[in-house]
Amino acid sequence: MSDNPVASSTGTHSALAETGGPHHEKHPSYQRHHFETVGQQADATNFAMWLFLLTEVMFFGGLFTAYLIYRNWYYPAFVAASHQLDVRWGTLNTLVLILSSFTMAMGVWCSETRRKSGLVLCLILTFTLGMCFLGIKSIEYHEKWEKHHIPGPHYSLQSFLDPASDESAAQYGDKPLPLDMARHTEIYFFLYFAMTGMHALHMVIGIAILGYMIFRARAGAYTTGHVTFVENFGLYWHFVDIIWIYLFALLYLISRHQ
Amino acid sequence: MSATIVNLPDQSTARIPKVNFLTKENGLLSWLLTGDHKRIAILYLISITFFFFIGGALAGLIRLELLTPQTDLMATDTYNKVFTMHGVIMIFLFLVPSVPATLGNFFIPMMIGAKDLALPRINLLSWYLYVVGGILVIYTMVAGGVDTGWTFTTPLSTHYINTNVMSTGMAVFIAGFSSIFTGLNFIVTLHKMRCPGMTWFRLPLFCWAHYAASILMVLGTPVLAIAIVLLALERTVGIGVFDPTKGGDPLLFQHLFWFYSHPAVYIMILPGMGVISETISTFSRKRVFGYTAVAFSSVAIAVFGFFVWAHHMFIMGISNYAVLVFSLLTMMVAVPSAIKIFNWTFTLYKGSITFETPMLYSFGFMGLFTIGGMTGVFLGASGTDIHLTETYFIVAHFHFVMVGGMLMAFLAGIHFWWPKMTGRMYPEKISQMAAVITFVGFNLTFFPQFILGTLGMPRRYASYPPEFQVLNVFSTAGATILGVGYLLPVLYLTWSLKYGAIAGNNPWQATGLEWQTQSPPLTENFLVTPIMDHEAYDYEWLEAQQAKEVASVR
Repeated sequence: MSDNPVASSTGTHSALAETGGPHHEKHPSYQRHHFETVGQQADATNFAMWLFLLTEVMFFGGLFTAYLIYRNWYYPAFVAASHQLDVRWGTLNTLVLILSSFTMAMGVWCSETRRKSGLVLCLILTFTLGMCFLGIKSIEYHEKWEKHHIPGPHYSLQSFLDPASDESAAQYGDKPLPLDMARHTEIYFFLYFAMTGMHALHMVIGIAILGYMIFRARAGAYTTGHVTFVENFGLYWHFVDIIWIYLFALLYLISRHQ
Repeated sequence: MSATIVNLPDQSTARIPKVNFLTKENGLLSWLLTGDHKRIAILYLISITFFFFIGGALAGLIRLELLTPQTDLMATDTYNKVFTMHGVIMIFLFLVPSVPATLGNFFIPMMIGAKDLALPRINLLSWYLYVVGGILVIYTMVAGGVDTGWTFTTPLSTHYINTNVMSTGMAVFIAGFSSIFTGLNFIVTLHKMRCPGMTWFRLPLFCWAHYAASILMVLGTPVLAIAIVLLALERTVGIGVFDPTKGGDPLLFQHLFWFYSHPAVYIMILPGMGVISETISTFSRKRVFGYTAVAFSSVAIAVFGFFVWAHHMFIMGISNYAVLVFSLLTMMVAVPSAIKIFNWTFTLYKGSITFETPMLYSFGFMGLFTIGGMTGVFLGASGTDIHLTETYFIVAHFHFVMVGGMLMAFLAGIHFWWPKMTGRMYPEKISQMAAVITFVGFNLTFFPQFILGTLGMPRRYASYPPEFQVLNVFSTAGATILGVGYLLPVLYLTWSLKYGAIAGNNPWQATGLEWQTQSPPLTENFLVTPIMDHEAYDYEWLEAQQAKEVASVR
């Protein structure tokens, strides 16, 4: 190569631009103009998705930090407050989410192997399981509402000052907390609502995108070999799932045996 | 000073190429819906200039108020709002996106021989998010402003203040996502879009600096986002995480906030350092001394930058051991910064230096950044910090780094790449004058503030004891000169869009790939994907290349 292509664009530009132009080989329609190959495009978007998930890790990281600090400071309050969560609902929800991750992974596989009806089925199942999760979550939230465990002016310390009067506290044999410590259960519940709420918000966004994807998948959009979107959404869905698994451990399980 | 490297085509025959990214499509929509990184860079350039002048006007008001010891121009709470809005606008709407979103956006793909950034639509989205953030800030100002300081310190911002904290918080939150998407885009582009032969160690140092800054954007900004979400929840529903009466801790907010906001100063300065590496090399006709060291010092700044945030909290009741550790770590950041300054100086040594405007601004950067950085070491030492913090010494320190450093670098970069972006030269003499005016005005404005700080004048007050007046008058006088220095480029750069000399492909005879194509570039940047067959800053390669061209024309 005596001519360096770098410098080949010097000279009379307008003429070159009109006659020359980039080589147009046969590219699939979904390849964007600025990528050399489909492989490069898939690689780049995948990498971008992982980076985006990294920012999400940092975002949730702030909440996890707050949780760990206050858990260390107000340990008895956090233990007593976490006894108010129903492990059965939590476990059920964890199973629902893991199952939805499985159906999502199957969806990605269907997309890769170009099975249109399989993909649509998997997406609908994932969608339904996601809704299931939110339904169960709202039952749990409702329980908190009834027991006045939502932080704010109506917050009640009853279950912590007098655990015998409370079914879930009694079940764990909790001792009454001094008023000063009992007040800090409010921070636990705030963090509970902030963390699960932020997680639920991610679920809602995911479910909305799933709705759009079902619509598009029925038109055959993801079964022509261009699987990047489904694949990247799958990553997002699994990530939201993993966040829940950490939340489940930290909020429900960690204080079960005292 | 007659020596120059400027090499312009014959003005009687030269024309701006008819087809380029500016003329490819017309109409407002072709700009608002563009995916072209160069057009998005121009959109960013216009919008950040707009906000820079709003922020600058507010700075002018601050200096006017401080001309006299009494509070006579505005009421004290108005003053609080003015300096808060100045900080919010300058940091989130100017400094953070300044070089990356304009010059980085425009030139990173060109420098690595790519047609565009990896994610053009995300790039456009980031501009829209920036605009939404900007509109919210303007709304805040119209609705009566906010007076927490740009740091949103709790519990002031959550419990004691009844101004527009929410809209400002939302603006910062949204502008933050704009910055995340820019950083994410750069990282992906630098990993996946490099042309054949463009290895990591052939990248221009501009790209390395942006890579390091992007890491900070991607890892730091989400933490700011969650801090602001918690702040908003604390303010609206009173959740208590930052409220001591409920067992929360206001210091937690400081930790979360500074975990972003200290690395943010490196987000601001690193891209500027990238610009300086390019200009210093081009205008002394030498490869940057210790390329690898400069490249890794960018990464080192990014890494160390994450572990120094608590030095903003030395007087806020963190433990003595934390003070000790963070003090030490803070001083360690000075090492990679010094590596850069020394290596640039060695690049100058025995180089063929010429004094075009970008070089003048670069000299300004090196001098002022060195002072700003050194005073940072004073402040990193906890003993001195406890004396100097919350005084004008701090104000002078970060303005030396941010304005003296970053703004100088931004202007150096704008002048350096102006011929490439527009196809026309800026007028040299008047711009050299503007560079000198900026330097003089800057020093007159901010140097007296170091002295004021050591004398104990506190920051963020509208009034001060009369004995500080002389130095404050100097500072205000300097600010007017600085104002002229910033207004001039707007005027003559706008003028040059129509009347500037035709620049040709490579007016500076620089080596970067962006200079080896037409100016302004084509939408797809290169007709044929370039192949990088030489090291960065290889002036011998360039010479051989030009000789070959001359031979082929004959």
